Amino acid sequence: MKIEILGMGCPKCKKTTKNAQQAIEELGIEAEIVKVEELDKITAYGVMMTPALVIDGEVKVAGKIPSKQDIMSWIEEKS
Amino acid sequence: MKNQIKSFAILAGFLLFYFLPLESLGFRNPFFEALAMLNIYAREHVIFSLIPAFLIAGAIYQFLDQNAVLKYLGAKTNKVLAYFVASLSGSVLTVCSCTVLPLFSGIYKKGAGLGPAMAFLYSGPAINVLAIILTARVLGWQLGLARALEAIIFSIIIGLCMQFIFLSEEKERQTSGELQFGINKSGSEPRTGLQNILYFISMIGVMVFANWARPQSGDQGLWAIIFQYKWYLAIAFILLLIYFLVSWFKKREIIPWLESSWSFTLQILPLLFMGIFLAGLLLGRPGEEGLIPSRFVSSLVGGNTFSANFFASFIGAFMYFATLTEIPILQGLIGSGMGQGPALALLLAGPALSLPNMLVIRSVVGTKKTFVYVVLVVIMATISGMIYGNIM
Repeated sequence: MKIEILGMGCPKCKKTTKNAQQAIEELGIEAEIVKVEELDKITAYGVMMTPALVIDGEVKVAGKIPSKQDIMSWIEEKS
Repeated sequence: MKNQIKSFAILAGFLLFYFLPLESLGFRNPFFEALAMLNIYAREHVIFSLIPAFLIAGAIYQFLDQNAVLKYLGAKTNKVLAYFVASLSGSVLTVCSCTVLPLFSGIYKKGAGLGPAMAFLYSGPAINVLAIILTARVLGWQLGLARALEAIIFSIIIGLCMQFIFLSEEKERQTSGELQFGINKSGSEPRTGLQNILYFISMIGVMVFANWARPQSGDQGLWAIIFQYKWYLAIAFILLLIYFLVSWFKKREIIPWLESSWSFTLQILPLLFMGIFLAGLLLGRPGEEGLIPSRFVSSLVGGNTFSANFFASFIGAFMYFATLTEIPILQGLIGSGMGQGPALALLLAGPALSLPNMLVIRSVVGTKKTFVYVVLVVIMATISGMIYGNIM
């Protein structure tokens, strides 16, 4: 499972990354967390408001910091 | 290598502190001015302006449906509407500069196109809620109003110019693709639109009346009457706000609101304090001297000449201003002799552009368009400055 955090380095993106890390730790699953900071890659996803979270290529949220619980429920949906 | 640098730094620091010219007033005063400015801001502006402003910004972030606004910036929107929305939405969609760039890139590549994208790019930083509030409070309502109005008008003009200049290119380039919106709001809206509006009005009411400025001496009109009762009015609005919060908001909404407001505070306040310190150090409080002598400032940007306005716009365009820091810096400059015209020019060119910013814009739209954009901003800021300087 590949989790991408889209953002240009502001505190909101860091918080999102932290929540994602906590989510996968708690669920105990194997997942790769990648930070995407290049603007053209972010735009390619159609994302206009960062932070955004993408799971296996699908944009789950854009413009708000997702909570750990939100991320956990999305991960569980996928499996 | 790192140890060498450390040793060098310690030696340099020691020499610096050893030779500090503390006997010289010209050296001591600026530091006093820097602290004095921090003191003034902490006492006069933080409680009554900044805290309500951060709360309003937090509320905008949490409660306003950004998707509804984004829809109007899509590829299929009526172009005229797109320009208006682009020029105004900066106030609603962005508070920190890091969110402007992805939005700009998205509007350009997948949304309404070059014109609205540039309009948004300009207006985002220029018309942000916090900045307008603090500008009006510290620099006077005239500059605050001028800044807000000009930002909106400019952004539309700049957007249209860019679209027109690059018309042939734009016609060929297809914008397409779905705009990704945020989480779909599950369940029904917790409040009606009207309730949201009333909630915002109550917060704005608190802020407006708490900040109602002292009237000119001898003035007996409506302004002065309101001033007499300003605290009663402010408290009335606070009670109204509390009533709205209790009746219409669930606890789980209030906490994120406060958290957002606090995170804006954390992001912006430290840099603002640094900017205030720097402004006090370099320029001194209004009427006092900092490290940079006033006559130097007056000769460069005093009065309302073309060169003063142009110089202010040009420097503003390249210089980086962290959110809100343009305000204490401008306060220092005006106090050191900068004219009103050049001040507006700096306000219009400063926050919206900076050298690092230009590089990122270039990565999205290319060197040529970036260059034209910068030139347009500097020209318009200079002209606006000169007009405003003449009126004031």
